[in-house]
Formats: sequence, structure tokens, C-alpha cells
Amino acid sequence: MPENIIQVEGLTKCFGDFTAVDAITFTVKKGEIFGFLGANGAGKTTAMKMLIGLSKPTKGMGSVAGFDIAKNPEKIKKRIGYMSQKFSLYNDLTVKENIRFYGGIYGLDKKRIRSKTQSILKELNLNDVAGTLVAALPLGWKQRLSFAVSMVHDPEIVFLDEPTGGVDPHVRRQFWETIYEAAALGRTIFVTTHYMDEAEYCDRVSIMVSGKIEALDTPENLKHQFKAKTMDEVFLKLAR
Amino acid sequence: MVHFESVCPLRSSSIRTSWNRLVMQAIQVDNISKSYGKISALKSVSFQVEEGELFGLIGPDGAGKSTLFRILTTLLLADSGEGHVAGNHLLRDYRKIRRIVGYMPGRFSLYQDLSVEENLSFFATIFGTTIEENYGLIKDIYVQLEPFKKRLAGQLSGGMKQKLALCCALIHRPEVLFLDEPTTGVDAVSRKEFWEMLKKLKQKGIAILVSTPYMDEASLCDRIALIQNGEILTINTPEGLMTEYDLPLYAVKYDDTYQLLKGLRKMPYTKSVLPFGDSLHLTVEAETPVSKITEYLTDLGFENAEIRPISPTVEDIFLELSRRTESKND
Repeated sequence: MPENIIQVEGLTKCFGDFTAVDAITFTVKKGEIFGFLGANGAGKTTAMKMLIGLSKPTKGMGSVAGFDIAKNPEKIKKRIGYMSQKFSLYNDLTVKENIRFYGGIYGLDKKRIRSKTQSILKELNLNDVAGTLVAALPLGWKQRLSFAVSMVHDPEIVFLDEPTGGVDPHVRRQFWETIYEAAALGRTIFVTTHYMDEAEYCDRVSIMVSGKIEALDTPENLKHQFKAKTMDEVFLKLAR
Repeated sequence: MVHFESVCPLRSSSIRTSWNRLVMQAIQVDNISKSYGKISALKSVSFQVEEGELFGLIGPDGAGKSTLFRILTTLLLADSGEGHVAGNHLLRDYRKIRRIVGYMPGRFSLYQDLSVEENLSFFATIFGTTIEENYGLIKDIYVQLEPFKKRLAGQLSGGMKQKLALCCALIHRPEVLFLDEPTTGVDAVSRKEFWEMLKKLKQKGIAILVSTPYMDEASLCDRIALIQNGEILTINTPEGLMTEYDLPLYAVKYDDTYQLLKGLRKMPYTKSVLPFGDSLHLTVEAETPVSKITEYLTDLGFENAEIRPISPTVEDIFLELSRRTESKND
């Protein structure tokens, strides 16, 4: 049995009278690609903020990478990677400077930063543009660099917050290949997205509706359970 | 025509205009190009949208969709080429065009500090009309907003904002509606509702040009143009589009998708292999028997891999056509 890297029980968050996240319970296994889906306003972002140590739960408990989310949020922050479409790289720093900057933020020593820089540049084939400002890179390259940088401190789990909105189908596919590669190396991937077709790339997905997790299984089982051909249909049946 | 002109004491431009109106297209785009410095955003784009047609412009970020919308709504000048909206010339008749089109830009552009009701009445007034006069057109959409009519637009949810923006774009009963990525960033439920609203508007005779990065929305349009890097890859009906894929296509499935992907990349018959959800889409050289693929996979140890011939999705077609265009341009 692989261990659980995320374990959450009855996790709840209220803002005044409003219950944004309503007693959710789930686990994510090590090395899994886990899709966290839900309509706008279903509570995804609030739930994720609790998992990454940015927001304190009102009730319930949870652990991420072995640490309690209420008691040790700072320890969690050091052990996870985080990437979103909005917050990623500094456009006015070069490729190399971005890697060095994030390495520094995560407290890597100089030697480690140097070796990490080399390996990222080599793996992503970015040696020729190491001194180029990130602003000048094509979107697909930025995205893969951003993903690599979010793992500069070798976290066991990476949170991807809507990583591929609006992008080119080529770029999305390249990106999913990079995600598969990371998962093949044993890293856990936690993705939020509202591209329902993207849900099908995940090992398991959960679907949140009005603060609750209404479904959780492999995409295949969910389609079977809801007698649907696509995840889009599953989602519509649940959320409507 | 010569006779007609001699008996009719009209200036020839008026004749041309009335002639155009007889065979009028809702939108006519002829070889429009636009560059920003070195980047060419549109490369000689041409297409027509018929009256009452729901026409989709489908392509990723940076394809040139918003540039085209701005040109057609007379907010930006093309470098070259011509265009007409409801028979009106983009340059000569720009004032007329501004009165008869509805435009919903990609970024939310209503007044955040006005209420729902105030926004709507503002746009009605600007166009010299009233909410009451055209209420019939927006009724279905507006009833969903009515409970929140005193709320500031800035405090609405994404789906609600989008509905309000559509009402504001419709309040002067436009002949042609331009919707630039109305469903981007909106969840699947609201997207579906939005497309249902468009279908109803189309039945009321309004021509609609709508852009989207979601390839799966193609099937909801009468016709679509796939666009990438400022170039139109193809224009077709959703059904016609499917016939543009002329190579054998298979969905291949195995427990370890990533290892399978690496394996198939090296297969000699492979033309392309791409991840599509829980399976891989594999295009092979024409006339490759399935047995060859099975054999290859078995040799590599992927013994129970499932191989199934499939019809292409819009994404398959987009990826294939853009690959062909790229190799042609190289």
C-alpha cells in the first residue's frame, strides 16, 4: 500500500455565515496525479489554500507531506511546490536568474542552486536562452520552466492551480508530458482545472459542488457511474 | 447595370450599397492583415459570415482572434485588406457599424461600480433606446439577473458578469453580435447555459461571430474557422471538419501512459502520438495494419495495450492542420 501524502478529514472553512468548504474528506496517494475539480465558486481555491498552509481551517483536520495543516503550515510550505498560471516567473529576470531566485527563496545553498540550474537548463533544453529575459520566451517554454522552478527544492508534491488555461493544444500536451514525467519519478501532482477533458489525464479526480466533494474516483469509474461518455457530462450531471 | 444606373438618379455608391444589401453577408472579411511591429497578428485573413449564422473562430491565445474582433468593430485599423459588416464598409461606414453591432470584449468591460440595472440602462441610453423597448430580446437572460439588479457589477460571480455583459451588448438590438471569448475562465455549467442562450439569439435572426479557445465548442457552431498564429487553417462545418483528417487514427491505452508514450514515439510507423486524457492518440502512416502496431507493442512489453480506431476530435484536426501549415511555412 502506498502511503497517503494528503489526508484530510472533515475539513471545513467558514467565512461568517457562509460555509465555503463543508467537511470534505479525502486522501491522495504518493505518486498520484490527482485532479481537483469544481465549478467557479464551489470552494476549490479555499480548500487548496488550506492544504498549502495559506488559510487556517475552521474545523476538521488534515496533513500534507506528513505535517498537520493547522499546526505546521510553515513546514508544509517548504515541502510543497506551487504553480499557477497567474503567479509564476519574473518576466524581467532571465531564465537563469529566475531559477536562482526561486532556489534562494527555498533556501538551497549556492552549490545546490548551481547544480539545479544546470540540470533544469539541460532537461528543458534551455541552455541557449539561459541569459534571455523570460518575457521573450514562448508561452510553452515559460510554462515548463515555471513547472521546473516550482520543483527546484525537490518537493514530494506539487500543486498546480489551473496551469493550462487558454493555451495552445500543442502546449497543453507538452505540458502534460512533463507532468507524467514528474509523476513517473514518484512526485505527487495535485491539479485544479476546469477543463473537463483535462480531468481525463488524472489518475483520480474529485468534483466539488457547493463546498462538498460530491464524487471521487478514477475518470473511468466516474463515467461509468454517471453513465456519461465524457468527464464534461459527468460534471454537468453533478453540478447542474 | 448600365441601364439601371441611367434610369435611377442615384449616386453610384448608393447603388452599390443597395446591391450589396441584396446579397448581404453579415460579415465579409477580405485579406485583412495586421502587424504589431515585427509580429504579424493577422496574415491575409478572409471569410464570410452569413446572415443569421453562428460562426466560431477557434484558436489558442495569441492566434489573432481579439485583433480581428477589434478591426471588425472599427476600434482598430487593419494594415491592409477590406471588410464589411452588414454591408457597411469598415472605413467609410464606421459610424453606422458602431450603431448596429453588439460587442462583448474578452476582458470584462462593464462599470464595476454601477449596479446591474444601472449598467444596462447606461448602455441603452448610449444607443438612444430604453430597456423596455428591447426587453423581449434579453428577457430570458435578464430574468436570471433580476434578483441581483441592485448589486454592483463588480460583485457578481463570473457567470453572472458574463450574462450581464451579453445583455448590455444586446440592449440596442444589434444586427451582428461579436463575442470575444465569452466562455473563457467560466465553468462547464455556465458555458453550457451560455451556448444555449446563443442558440436562441441566432433564432431571432442575429448573426454571431464568437471566438473561443475551447475546441470542444466547435460542434455548437454552424461553421467554424480554426485559426493559429494569425492564419486561418480551415473553414468548415463541424461535420465537414471531420472529413479533413485523412490518416489512420487510433486511441491506445495502457496502465502506464507515460512509458507507452515513450515507446510509441520510437515506433517506425508513427506519424504523431499525443496524450489525450487517459489514452494516447496515435496517427500512423497510411496503410499500416493494426497487427504491426500490436506486434511492436508486444515486443516492447506492453502486452495488454488496448488499440482502437477512432474518429478525430476537433483538437486532433487542429493539431494535424497546424503541423501541416508549419511544415509548409518552414
